[in-house]
Amino acid sequence: MAKVKVKKKSTLIDMTAMSDVTVLLLTFFMLTSTFVQQEPQQVVTPSSVSEFEIPDRDVLEILIEPTGKVFIGLDNTFDREGALNEMLKVHPEVQLTEAQKNTFRLSDWFGVPMKDLPQFLDQRFEDQANDLKNWGIPCDSTDNQFKDWVDFATRCGSQRMRDSEDYAALDNDQKKLKIIIKADRHTPYDVVKKVMDSLQEIRQNRFSLITTLNQGE
Amino acid sequence: MAEVEVKDNDGKKKKGAQKKMKIHVDFTPMVDMNMLLITFFMLCTTMTESRTMDLVMPSKDAVTEEEQSKLKASEAITILLGDNDEVFYYLGEPNYKDYTSLTQSSLDPADPNGIRALLLERNEEVIGLVDEANKDFEAAQSEVKARKLSKSQTEEEINALMETRDEAVREAKKLKGAPMVVIKAKTSTTDNEYINGPGATYESLVDVLDEMIVCSVGKYAVVDMTDGDLFLMGNFKTKGELAASSDFGAK
Repeated sequence: MAKVKVKKKSTLIDMTAMSDVTVLLLTFFMLTSTFVQQEPQQVVTPSSVSEFEIPDRDVLEILIEPTGKVFIGLDNTFDREGALNEMLKVHPEVQLTEAQKNTFRLSDWFGVPMKDLPQFLDQRFEDQANDLKNWGIPCDSTDNQFKDWVDFATRCGSQRMRDSEDYAALDNDQKKLKIIIKADRHTPYDVVKKVMDSLQEIRQNRFSLITTLNQGE
Repeated sequence: MAEVEVKDNDGKKKKGAQKKMKIHVDFTPMVDMNMLLITFFMLCTTMTESRTMDLVMPSKDAVTEEEQSKLKASEAITILLGDNDEVFYYLGEPNYKDYTSLTQSSLDPADPNGIRALLLERNEEVIGLVDEANKDFEAAQSEVKARKLSKSQTEEEINALMETRDEAVREAKKLKGAPMVVIKAKTSTTDNEYINGPGATYESLVDVLDEMIVCSVGKYAVVDMTDGDLFLMGNFKTKGELAASSDFGAK
């Protein structure tokens, strides 16, 4: 009986084309991506047709989450440090060690009541980031630490820009910190009003609201 | 991974001829790694575009009577954001006696009773001017493009055109007789005598501000809600019963 010769077929698939595609996709994602920023709490911003870009530096960001906790984000270490020092002067009952101040300096976001600050800063740095969302800066008329924080931070920011070399070349609206409010769409108006009232009290009448671009209409 | 295949043609090789080699490189691990990286980037990026909306709040400093710019009643539109994102508005001075002076509205752009429809009608003149400025800009822009200048020159011309357009839009929004919109949002109340509820949300506030942009309203302000506004909404809810039993309007 004649043997049936089974043809040996190579199972190799040429992956070169596939590799090309994936590299292209990878390049696309690398170039278009902006990383999700580490924030104390993720919020969903309301949509709007407004098309102004978010300024990328010298920003004071106010984060309001749905249950009404308020956090502040400062992108400049100098401002953070300056605001903290001023706050410590106003609250002499709170004492911070150098190590605690150093950890405070490291994180973009803060939002812990002054009296709990030393205890909060004693935690490990990773734990602090996770724990922050349980706090929130007091913003009531009886204890408005939020107002003080913003006031001191904006002053430090303006001072820093006055001291910088290219101050004369800056536009008027670049000469101070830009205040932007990022609030969740389901935040009750009460909290937003408290924040806006506090800002008005320290004569920060001009600020921006972060929205998601709505191209539907 | 990479293999070199040497074909020898049954030993009938000519002397001096180059050896034919086929090189296969297996790209599978490369693809695996790329896929992993793509997954990483896809999960770590935000696709939603974040933008900002500028808001200028009225100053809290005490203003004297003379410095205050008087608001004509015929130009004023007051939008009230009530509990559970209900929207009301009244034109000019409120009438505390008549509950029908308040109109229930909505933020739905398609609603004929919505804020959008109201503003488009009231602000028609300004919108016309803004449209005109935009049309002028587009016509001039295509004209500049048709001239086929160098890239930087075209850009420069278009920037100049944009500035003229923005200037025209700013001027249009300052038009005399254009409506002035006052936005008042309600906070949560529990022991108010007129109306109680959870108040408005931040989203409806942003939606109203959005309508101001869409309808080219130049003059608008977010101010605190007064007792009078709460009374109006309570009166509307009870269909005039509140006005019958109280003398709020007479005060």
